[in-house]
Amino acid sequence: MIRVVLPHHLRTLAHVGNEVALDVGGAVTQRTVLDALETAYPMLRGTIRDHTTLERRAFIRFFACEEDLSHQSPDSPLPDDVATGKEPFLVIGAIAGG
Amino acid sequence: MSKVRVLVGTRKGAFVLEADGQRKKWTVNGPHFPGWEIYHVKGSPADPDRLFASQTSGWFGQIIQRSDDGGKTWHQPGTPPGEPAKTPDGMPKGESNKFTYDASPETGKPLTTHQWYDGSQRPWEFKRVWHVEPSRTDPDTAYAGVEDAALFRTTDGGQNWKELSGLRGHGTGPQWQPGAGGLCLHTIIEDPKDPRRLFVAISSAGAFRTDDGGTTWKPINRGLRSSYIPDPDAEIGHCVHRIALHASRPNVLFMQKHWDVLRSDDAGDSWREVSGNLPSDFGFVIDVNANEPETIYVVPIKSDSEHFVPDGKLRVYRSRTGGNEWEALTNGLPQSDCYVNVLRDAMAVDSLDKCGVYFGTTGGQVYASADAGDNWAPIVRDLPPVLSVEVQTLR
Repeated sequence: MIRVVLPHHLRTLAHVGNEVALDVGGAVTQRTVLDALETAYPMLRGTIRDHTTLERRAFIRFFACEEDLSHQSPDSPLPDDVATGKEPFLVIGAIAGG
Repeated sequence: MSKVRVLVGTRKGAFVLEADGQRKKWTVNGPHFPGWEIYHVKGSPADPDRLFASQTSGWFGQIIQRSDDGGKTWHQPGTPPGEPAKTPDGMPKGESNKFTYDASPETGKPLTTHQWYDGSQRPWEFKRVWHVEPSRTDPDTAYAGVEDAALFRTTDGGQNWKELSGLRGHGTGPQWQPGAGGLCLHTIIEDPKDPRRLFVAISSAGAFRTDDGGTTWKPINRGLRSSYIPDPDAEIGHCVHRIALHASRPNVLFMQKHWDVLRSDDAGDSWREVSGNLPSDFGFVIDVNANEPETIYVVPIKSDSEHFVPDGKLRVYRSRTGGNEWEALTNGLPQSDCYVNVLRDAMAVDSLDKCGVYFGTTGGQVYASADAGDNWAPIVRDLPPVLSVEVQTLR
């Protein structure tokens, strides 16, 4: 199972806790993880990536394994530790602090 | 026994305030959607338990929420969990938070740019829904006014939204430019006697009217004068802040413009100024007493650069003559050291006798008067900054 951590506002929107677990068939990439996330929680469609272009929204970042993956290709494989569920895939609202 | 429900949108959530017809003892429910900007909440006249809310965020975009039980519970009218988010041919399904400008060659393709602050042309870019106006007759139909300015309509309870692109496409769209708050379509009024007639207002383009259900539109700004545009009485470019009408007289419109309060007696074909003795004719809100079509309310603001009430005094001004002659209403409102603003969607009236008048401030207070403005009291004092106030009279 793939573990995904959402920012607070999206947790309340999707009515989920700190972390969600997703079953992703085939290659584990940003695109396949977000497709699975939006299928399980369709209320999140349009909140992380654009409805039509599927591009990441401007103020959203993707982190995993202490790396910023935001600018990687959506079809690049995610780190093995994400694919095996050892580490979560983090969806972050940009701006680190107040 | 009548009941009143006040729907409040704030910078950090929505609140539902309820009282019986006496309008003295209030319950406060909320925050709904805590932490999110709620630009507007409004109930359907055709089904008072059905409410629509515009939930928005610079980070996460636009969400439309719907309640079918008067605000107790909410949901997004979109694809149920577990169903594929795409159609079999791979296209994204229509969702309640999807607002896509019509760019089809037949209707909208040339409508690619509007004027930017510096006079250059910019492409239209969807940002948020400012105002949701439910149909007077069909609970599944509602209109949404958005930034960058356009009008959308749903006919399935908010699941899918389609642009009425004849508004942007009638010819003046490339001349529209944003006001300080953005290029927003913030006012939508369905004519109570003719549902094919709609009035809308855009900052900073002006007022517009359709007489055929939204297919064709025309500007209705004759008589407006604005010193901040090259031609002060141009057809387009006026920063209209709010329009209101009384249900019994849909041809009589009242307008609070960036500066000036105006009225029209011919459905917007021509306007005349009725600012009269107001201490400032800058402001955002305007509304009409539900029982007296010639009684109107505004809240003067000091100026376009000082967005707070003049002299530190929060005063609602009432005209019982349809404008020109105004009286200050102050009983129960702070008359010293007050520097709040009242934003354009933050005043509403109920339809009881006497008419209740309600408004919210950027300081987080929601004030109510149960006697047409003679006396005021706060329902709540310490909400987040108030963006919108709507009222439902439940019988």
